[in-house]
Amino acid sequence: MGYANSLYLTSAEIGLSITGLVLLLVTAWTGRGAARIITIAAAAALFGALVFTAFMMDDTMRGLAGYAFGDLFRVDAFSSLSKILIYIATIACLVLTPHYFDRRGEYRGEYPVLMLFSAVGMGMMVSATNLMTLYIGLEMSSLASYVLASFARSDSRSSEAGLKYFVLGGLASGIILYGISLVYGFSGTTSYDGIRLAFDTQFNTGAVFGVVFVLAGVAFKVAAVPFHMWTPDVYEGAPTPVTTFFASAPKVAAVAMLVRLAFEPFGGQSGSWQQIVIFAALASIVVGALGAIGQQNLKRLLAYSSINNVGFILIGLAAATPQGASAVLVYLAIYVFMTLGSFAALLILRDPEGDKLTSFADIAGLATRSPALAWCLLALMFSLAGIPPLFGFWGKFVVFQAAVQADMLALAAIGIAASVIGAFYYIKFVKVMFFDEPGEVRSFSAPVGHWAVLALSVLVVSPLGYLLTPWLGRMADAAGLTLFAIP
Amino acid sequence: MDFPILSIMLAIPFAAAIACLFLSGPAARMVALGATLFDLALGILLWLTFDIGGAQWQFTERASLFAGFQYALGIDGIALLLIMLSVFLMPICILASWDSITKRVGEYMAAFLLMEVLMIGVFAAQDLFLFYIFFEAGLIPMYLIIGVWGGDNRIYASYKFFLYTLLGSVLMLIAMLWMANAAGTTDIPTLMQYDFAAGAQTWLWLAFFASFAVKMPMWPVHTWLPDAHVQAPTAGSVILAGVLLKLGGYGFIRFSLPMFPDASAQLAWLVFALSMVAVIYTSLVALVQADMKKLIAYSSVAHMAIVTVGLFAFNAQGLEGAMMVMLGHGLVSGALFLCVGVIYDRLHTREIARYGGLSINMPRYALFFLLFTMASIGLPGTSNFVGEFLALAGIYRVSTFVTLVCTTGIILGAAYMLYLYRRVAFGEQKNADAARMPDLNLREWAMLGPIAAATLWMGIYPESFLAPMRSDIAMLEARLAPVSPHYDSELAVGTPRERAANYVVAEEHGSEGAH
Repeated sequence: MGYANSLYLTSAEIGLSITGLVLLLVTAWTGRGAARIITIAAAAALFGALVFTAFMMDDTMRGLAGYAFGDLFRVDAFSSLSKILIYIATIACLVLTPHYFDRRGEYRGEYPVLMLFSAVGMGMMVSATNLMTLYIGLEMSSLASYVLASFARSDSRSSEAGLKYFVLGGLASGIILYGISLVYGFSGTTSYDGIRLAFDTQFNTGAVFGVVFVLAGVAFKVAAVPFHMWTPDVYEGAPTPVTTFFASAPKVAAVAMLVRLAFEPFGGQSGSWQQIVIFAALASIVVGALGAIGQQNLKRLLAYSSINNVGFILIGLAAATPQGASAVLVYLAIYVFMTLGSFAALLILRDPEGDKLTSFADIAGLATRSPALAWCLLALMFSLAGIPPLFGFWGKFVVFQAAVQADMLALAAIGIAASVIGAFYYIKFVKVMFFDEPGEVRSFSAPVGHWAVLALSVLVVSPLGYLLTPWLGRMADAAGLTLFAIP
Repeated sequence: MDFPILSIMLAIPFAAAIACLFLSGPAARMVALGATLFDLALGILLWLTFDIGGAQWQFTERASLFAGFQYALGIDGIALLLIMLSVFLMPICILASWDSITKRVGEYMAAFLLMEVLMIGVFAAQDLFLFYIFFEAGLIPMYLIIGVWGGDNRIYASYKFFLYTLLGSVLMLIAMLWMANAAGTTDIPTLMQYDFAAGAQTWLWLAFFASFAVKMPMWPVHTWLPDAHVQAPTAGSVILAGVLLKLGGYGFIRFSLPMFPDASAQLAWLVFALSMVAVIYTSLVALVQADMKKLIAYSSVAHMAIVTVGLFAFNAQGLEGAMMVMLGHGLVSGALFLCVGVIYDRLHTREIARYGGLSINMPRYALFFLLFTMASIGLPGTSNFVGEFLALAGIYRVSTFVTLVCTTGIILGAAYMLYLYRRVAFGEQKNADAARMPDLNLREWAMLGPIAAATLWMGIYPESFLAPMRSDIAMLEARLAPVSPHYDSELAVGTPRERAANYVVAEEHGSEGAH
């Protein structure tokens, strides 16, 4: 094997890192004018990584999973599928961004470079099979995110969001690090396989503390209740394209990292973390739903919606079965498209002067003003609410199927009953757009890229999305099984 | 069956719905009417080619889809009749909205055509999850129909409708997942023969009950219905009363009774209790309504209670009666909503006190209204008589008390319907504007005439409707036989007398006259 193989397996990350560094140099010497070209180059690099990972996925499906650099980094079906989602989401965010900042004259080449570094970090998070790799990947993506959150330098809300995210994110990293030190102390290793072996032989109270701290820190990163408080503020304050990014790619990475952590190193001790996950799942569903009801700001509302969705994802994790892991990935895939679509629609919603329209009053009567946009949002909202035949239903379906198959009927019943609360504000969207009388007439002009992202997302969440299920299901099943194939 | 008639019945309105989204108002109306009439023609073909007494499931189509899902369609006699009801009412609904809907016509017609697809799909689905998808997807078009084209308080009504029904059905989804897991199949005909453990049956039954009781609707979860009915446009009310309420009853027949017979028997008391309250309570509420649509909506709840009582009688009369009430009520309450719609279109109020003496200036209208009022009361010769009589005969064998209460409901039904009719059609013409209203036009004739004919047909020759479902009801009765309850009015077989009563005892010593 040796270095050649390790380099081959990590070539997506290496390629993205080199591209990022080169583009950083380019942007340092060319200034603002080259921002658009750098964006295109970054998107192209991500696309290359996407294609490479897709081919890798094909290999890993045939069982060609492999460790790189000893036991630090692992490429398997699970990591490949997660990375595919991450790269898709990042590319979409790059497409959505320039127009937003162009109007303010704030767009700079650093933005795509930061996105690239964040993507590298996220790739490491999902592939990490050692707590050290995990932490480095996590910090790499987080640091880029803090800067991105405050990228609109002239906007005090953006700076506030960045600072808030940085302080609370730093706290969460500290908690994770503390948990890692405890886990290391009680198992004597940072390797996932080693931890699992050590915990199988001895799992004492101190180790439980370690596990709980690590999971609590990760729960912060995925914005699960009770570690969700930063989400609405950061989502609202950050520039909308950045919010789109936070709600999609890092969410996928953090959830995938959590799933791998739960099933690989802590997989033998599922009894000790299941209760935590069940609580976090139900609390996220309920808090995410109740918190959103009173919101007038659409970005805050979508922040609560993402908390709500994390709750459903965690139900799949709580099942602690290969089906559950597969359900998590399927849900994540659908969630990414629903999120990208919703935010793309929000970004299209701007009046000619470039003022953002982000409250319910601004979309009143949208169905008569811009029927295409309204129908797209209608599909996305009913999909988020999980109403068949839209594709969002399939995500909820597989998650709850996994829970029922794991004999967790009470969890499934309470979770699905609470989803009705969430349906309230999703249908409020539809009510405002379709039932209310339109306010002043505005026309929307948005670049083709925005409409393309929106159209693609709507196509996926529409009933046509079910055509993806054989393919998506097969990959997710393979990915779920790899987590349980650890000796 | 080589010709996939059910799929075509689904595909045509679906294609028309998509077309309507892109068409202007008049064109959308024509397309919608054409598509629904074509579906009606296909429905008639379906009925004519349905082999009565043949295989239980006919016109079956089966195709494996993704992830273990099955696209499985097929109908038995029960589903056939309910599909007929849907395709029969649909063109009438389109006609009813011909002039009254003026804004966003294309979207309106698309929503209705989508409803038709989903209703046919629900009745024809033979896969558990396919059923669920059709069942649940109906929320989206109905939410839009009420919310966009409804009355003044439409937003409250649409929210209530959506959230009530959603809460009911999500629990059913969990139960379905459990069933698919336990039985290893999602095929409805197989599940209808599958015996679940008695303990699990209770929970499954309750989960399904949560959904069907809301859809039915049963007291005390009926409160969405008056709001939704009142606020929906006329055609929306017709679809709600005519077909959507039948989904609850259909659910009981298709799922609760055959799949969980033990639990059904065990919890029949609950259904009886709720139905008895519903019959009396909603009838009394209907008596004091000032709004015509609300009155008819409450009467629907009362009629549906007769359906549930008939279903849980566990005998052939009760089950057949329940089906006949569902079909009859679908026609009659739909027609009554159309009657309200006819005068609403003219005067734009549903308040009973604003009308009066309509039989003077609108005699033809008054005649139709009278026919449907009588049918709603259950006058012999109309559709509802057959159903109510059978259902009550069925339940009489189980419990005299329940029958007594339900029959009282029918008397109250006569009271509120006749009272309504007297205030609207008879008496003096208090309101000048109401007195000037013109009689029915050709379009309204075309709406009410066919329903009147069907109502009379069902009342005079119910055999046409009973025959297709007879063997299915018999099968269901056989399935329920082991758990059927103790009958308190069962025919008691006594010890026969040795001699007939009029037997003249022969004197041993000859007649006295011989002395």
